[in-house]
Amino acid sequence: MTFANLRGLGLALAIAAVALLQLGVAGARAQDINVTIDNFTFTPPELNVKVGDTVTWTNHDDIPHTVVSAGKFRSKTMDTDNSFSFTFTSAGDYKYFCSLHPHMTGMIKVE
Amino acid sequence: MSDHEGNGVNRRKVLECMTWAGTGVLWTISGGVPRSLGLVDAAKAAEPAGLTFLQISDSHVGFDKPANPNALGTLEEAIAKINAIPNKPSFMIHTGDITHLSKAAEFDNAEKIISQAKLDVHYVPGEHDFLDEEVKFYKDRYGKDTKGPGYYSFDAGGAHFIGLVNVVDLKAGGLGNLGAEQLEWLEDDLKGKSKSTPIVVFAHIPLWTVYPQWGWGTEDGAKALEYLKGFGSVTVLNGHIHQVMQKVEGNVTFHTARSTAFPQPAPGTAPSPGPMKVEDSKLRGLLGIASVNFKQGDQRLAIIDTPLQG
Repeated sequence: MTFANLRGLGLALAIAAVALLQLGVAGARAQDINVTIDNFTFTPPELNVKVGDTVTWTNHDDIPHTVVSAGKFRSKTMDTDNSFSFTFTSAGDYKYFCSLHPHMTGMIKVE
Repeated sequence: MSDHEGNGVNRRKVLECMTWAGTGVLWTISGGVPRSLGLVDAAKAAEPAGLTFLQISDSHVGFDKPANPNALGTLEEAIAKINAIPNKPSFMIHTGDITHLSKAAEFDNAEKIISQAKLDVHYVPGEHDFLDEEVKFYKDRYGKDTKGPGYYSFDAGGAHFIGLVNVVDLKAGGLGNLGAEQLEWLEDDLKGKSKSTPIVVFAHIPLWTVYPQWGWGTEDGAKALEYLKGFGSVTVLNGHIHQVMQKVEGNVTFHTARSTAFPQPAPGTAPSPGPMKVEDSKLRGLLGIASVNFKQGDQRLAIIDTPLQG
C-alpha cells in the first residue's frame, strides 16, 4: 500500500467518523413517539416533541378516523389498526383534529 | 307493541326506543302532516291516504366488526321488510353512511341490495361516503342534479323535500356543518313557498344539538331552522346516531332513524359513540320498527314500536 493510498484511507476514515458522529447525534435526538386513538380520543391529547421527531398515530377504534392539521399534515382515512406518521421539521404548535369527528382534537408542541 | 304516547312515556321505554337497531321508518303524509308508521304496522293497517315514503339510514356497507360482522346482510333484511309492505311506498330516502369506507365495491354492494326495493331513492351523504381519495364515488353515483357537495330539493305529495349535506368542511372542535353557500341556497330555495307547504328536511347528522360531547349536532343548524320559521309543518329527518330520538320544538319535529348496520350507545352511556356490541341473539331481537305520529303543534310524539323478534 502506498503512502498516498494510506492518506486517502485516513481521510476516508475521518469522513466516515464525522458522518457516524453526525448520525449518532441525530439518532440520539430524533425520537419516535406514539399517539393512540381509542374511544374517539387522542392519547396523549397534548404532546411535546423536538424538531426531527416523528409522531405516529394509530387508530384502535372500530370506526375510521383521520388526523388533520390545517395546512400542515393530513392523513388518509385510518381504518381499525391503521397508522399515520409525520416527522416534524420545524418548531411550532400544531393543533390537529379528526376531520370525520371534529370534536376529537389534539396538539403537538414542537421545539 | 307498546304505546309511548302522552304521559305514559317512562324512562325505560324511551331508552328502548333509543337503542333499537331498526330496519326503516315508513313515513306518510296525510293532510300535509307527516306521520311515521312501523313497517309491520303499515303493512297491517288500512292503506294510508296520501304519500308514503321510507327512511333508511347508516347502512355502513363494508362494516364487519364485532358489533355486526355482516352489515350488508342486515341491510338486505331491511330491504326484504320493505318489499313485504303490501302498499308500495312512493319512494325512499337514505340519510347517509351508505358505505363504511367509501370503497367502490361497498357502493356497488349497497346499490345491488337497495335497488331490490325497486323504489326511487333520494340520498344525502354521510361522512363515511366521502372517504375515497378523490371524493368522487358518492358524487358520481348520487350527485347528479345536486348542488355543491350534494344538496337539492324536490316536491312530492304536496310537500317540499330538502336534502342537505352537513358532513363536509368540518371545523376542528366543531359539529356538523352546512356552510354559508348551502345556507344561502336554502334561503333561496324556500323563497316564494307558501307557508302552508309541509317541509321535510333530511340530512345525515342531526340538525339539532343532540349531544355535542360526541359531535351529535350541526354547528349552523339553527341558521337553517331560522329559514324554516313560519312554515306550519316542518319535519327534520336525520341519521348518524344509530338510534331513534325525537324532539318537537314549536312547528318543527326532529327525528333520527336507526341504522341498518349496528347500534350506538345512548348519549353519555358509554366512553364513546362507537359501535355498540350486544349479544348476537339480541342484535336481531333489537331490530325493530318505530311508529311515530307527527302532529303539528303537539308537544308530544306518539310512538308505537314493534320489535321484530322477542
